[in-house]
Amino acid sequence: MTGTGALARLALRLDRVRLTVWVLGLALMPMGTAANYQKLYPTEADLQAVSGVLSNPSLVALSGPLFGASIGGLTVWKIGVSELILIGLMSVLTVVRHTRTEEETGRLEMLRATVIGRYAPLSAALAVTVAADLAIGLLGALGLVAVGLDPAGAFAFGLATALFGVLFAAIAAATAQLTRGARAATGIAGAVLGGTYLLRAVGDTGPTALSWLSPSGWALHMRPFAGERWWIALLFVGFAVLFAAVGYVLVDRRDVGAGLLAERPGPAQAAPALRSPLGLAWRLHRGLLLAWVVALAAAGAVMGGAAVGIGNLSSPNQQLTDVLSRMGGRSGLTDAFLGAIYGLIGQLAAAYTIQATLRLRQEESSGRVEALLATRVGRLRWAASHLVFAVLGTAVLLAAAGIAGGLVYGAQVHDTGGQTARLLGAAMVQLPAALVLAGLGIALIGFAPRLSTLTWAALIVSVLLVELGALFGINQYLLDVTPFAHVPKLPGSAFTATPVVWLTVVALALGAAGLAGLRRRDMPAT
Amino acid sequence: MTEAIRVDALVKTFGRTRALDGLDLSVRTGEVHGFLGPNGAGKSTTIRVLLGLLHADSGEARLLGRDPWKDATELHRRLAYVPGDVTLWPSLSGGEVIDLLGRLRGGLDPARRKELLERFDLDPTKKGRTYSKGNRQKVALVAALASDVELIVLDEPTSGLDPLMEEVFREVIREEQRRGDRTVLLSSHILAEVEALCDRVTIIRDGRAVETGTLQSLRHLTRTSIQAELAGPVDGLGELVGVHDLQAHNGTVRFSVDNAELDAVLRRLTAVGVRGLTSTPPTLEELFLRHYDRAAADGAKPRSGAVR
Repeated sequence: MTGTGALARLALRLDRVRLTVWVLGLALMPMGTAANYQKLYPTEADLQAVSGVLSNPSLVALSGPLFGASIGGLTVWKIGVSELILIGLMSVLTVVRHTRTEEETGRLEMLRATVIGRYAPLSAALAVTVAADLAIGLLGALGLVAVGLDPAGAFAFGLATALFGVLFAAIAAATAQLTRGARAATGIAGAVLGGTYLLRAVGDTGPTALSWLSPSGWALHMRPFAGERWWIALLFVGFAVLFAAVGYVLVDRRDVGAGLLAERPGPAQAAPALRSPLGLAWRLHRGLLLAWVVALAAAGAVMGGAAVGIGNLSSPNQQLTDVLSRMGGRSGLTDAFLGAIYGLIGQLAAAYTIQATLRLRQEESSGRVEALLATRVGRLRWAASHLVFAVLGTAVLLAAAGIAGGLVYGAQVHDTGGQTARLLGAAMVQLPAALVLAGLGIALIGFAPRLSTLTWAALIVSVLLVELGALFGINQYLLDVTPFAHVPKLPGSAFTATPVVWLTVVALALGAAGLAGLRRRDMPAT
Repeated sequence: MTEAIRVDALVKTFGRTRALDGLDLSVRTGEVHGFLGPNGAGKSTTIRVLLGLLHADSGEARLLGRDPWKDATELHRRLAYVPGDVTLWPSLSGGEVIDLLGRLRGGLDPARRKELLERFDLDPTKKGRTYSKGNRQKVALVAALASDVELIVLDEPTSGLDPLMEEVFREVIREEQRRGDRTVLLSSHILAEVEALCDRVTIIRDGRAVETGTLQSLRHLTRTSIQAELAGPVDGLGELVGVHDLQAHNGTVRFSVDNAELDAVLRRLTAVGVRGLTSTPPTLEELFLRHYDRAAADGAKPRSGAVR
């Protein structure tokens, strides 16, 4: 444990901007949502009216059950799931960044040769992450109290949020010991996070037991503002301690730099396919692409299954239509729901698009590109080999989400062929918007390579504007800046080619400009 | 004599840092050319300009008679490169990387690949992330040396190799040298390596070439160390032009002498009578130290115009 304090200070220094943004953003989100609901539903009658329709199975699948007809209950319902996913993501990324990433780059080796105990790096990473989680929970709760909500509910929500983060920090502490690569460690923990969301979505709409298997289920069933069940906190603490203990035991059992899974030897000679930049790019991208295809197909299938519930609603309710249209849909309840779902899936797919695009920059900053560009491979050909995956890869995973959703939904309404085609269209129409972000990434790589990670910021801002913009009554001009605001809301509304064409043109223009910049600048950029 | 590489007054700045400050370099076809300099002197920057990775601010560079920036891809068919800091793809095996780079360069000789793997004692089945620095370097070396190219550019290729492997590397480069049609640009800060391998040497410091020429011509600039056992006392040796660091003890004198004055000084010794004589030829070490020693270099040390 020696040196934990010093390492924790180092981690805070390295992350001072990143963690501040995370903590403030996640702490402010619930408060902003609550304040807006107070404006939107000022009377008890408004609340009762809207609450009645929110217990619809499809919405329950998306956001969890609504436990209380109050501003607090609505806020938790609207923001809870997003808040949980984001704090989980922050915790996983932070723990892995300060453990496995440091180890993979070899920096930890240098540190470990100083007076630093075996457990210090993991302890420091956990300490910093848990502190950030608790800060988010505490500030978030204080924010809710500040806008006049019941303190007990506010602190229950803050506690649930913080403990969810702590649990995923502990899970990441364990997965960071399994693999040699940081990317895989993040991937495993991220898959657990996504899995808990889907498990809860299925569980909340049917077999309730399933949602009790999922930490996102626990957090929502802690029932902030609706008869808090404080004992659920013990579930989180118990499992967090368990996973952290697994992490510490594994630290003890392995060498620095090594994973738990032994490295298998590779082929002594390259396969015939590995003879071009594209062949190399396939090797580098295939794992990530496959994981994303599985994840988005699963998400499409679960939501396709949940969509049936919304059609079972006996009398379509004006309030629900309003709520759904704020979530992105326009007409027809089921179609509006599916439209909203595929809007979300499009934004998720854009995360893959950005990952695949920024791979260009990673190849450059790691120095690997130098040997490659010293062969007869030109810069454009090298860039194209990765961008094929950004573009076609995104298309493939959108198609997977569309087809999976269409098959599950279609099977239940006895129209497999028709629904599959419709939902495939709803998914594919997201592609141009995702490609605008790829274009932005390429432009940054071409002209300001050190700022290329800002592409992530663009996605996050875009998601927040699209998902919360209507609720917050944000100016339409501002909304129009985000590519996803222009995507036709399929299925349901009519397909209009104009925005799709424009998005494609913008994506191509940004991409072409970026490639022109890439050709002209120094490699590697300084 | 044709030139494989010709660089004139090359300037490259990174922000306020002037990495190359009017560098001149000439590498003749078929020679092994040593490119010597301390860390941060601009060796890697020069090489990256020659590979068309960096765009020079001013000055001219020609590689195999063409423009390294404009004709980069065509030129790269004709050369192989080993970066100073070899990074590999973590999930690809060494053998895969060798084949990939070879194929991207336009093919490699399988027999030569096999031979080099054996001589460098490299296991091609290990994954990129499990290789040590030296082994990563071997992967890049095998990929470069097994390709049939006119020019091989090596950026500190032995910095991670053990002495045994360094010797293997030297043998391989000497074989290339004997073929006579391959040009090698070898950047290094290891003198023994350059002395053992290179026909000509360019020494670079702070982005400028400070000396260039054959090892022989460079040695003329330095001093020979002499230790002589004399029959009798010799007077005024210390006053002779070109004699430095004279020490006399029990009839034995030790000093170093400028090579240009060697003849005159030896005559003086033989006039007294020489019983024993050891002369140590100047090493590049001394040459190197002269240029590395900033204080000395910044002083009034005359720079020979003959070799520049």
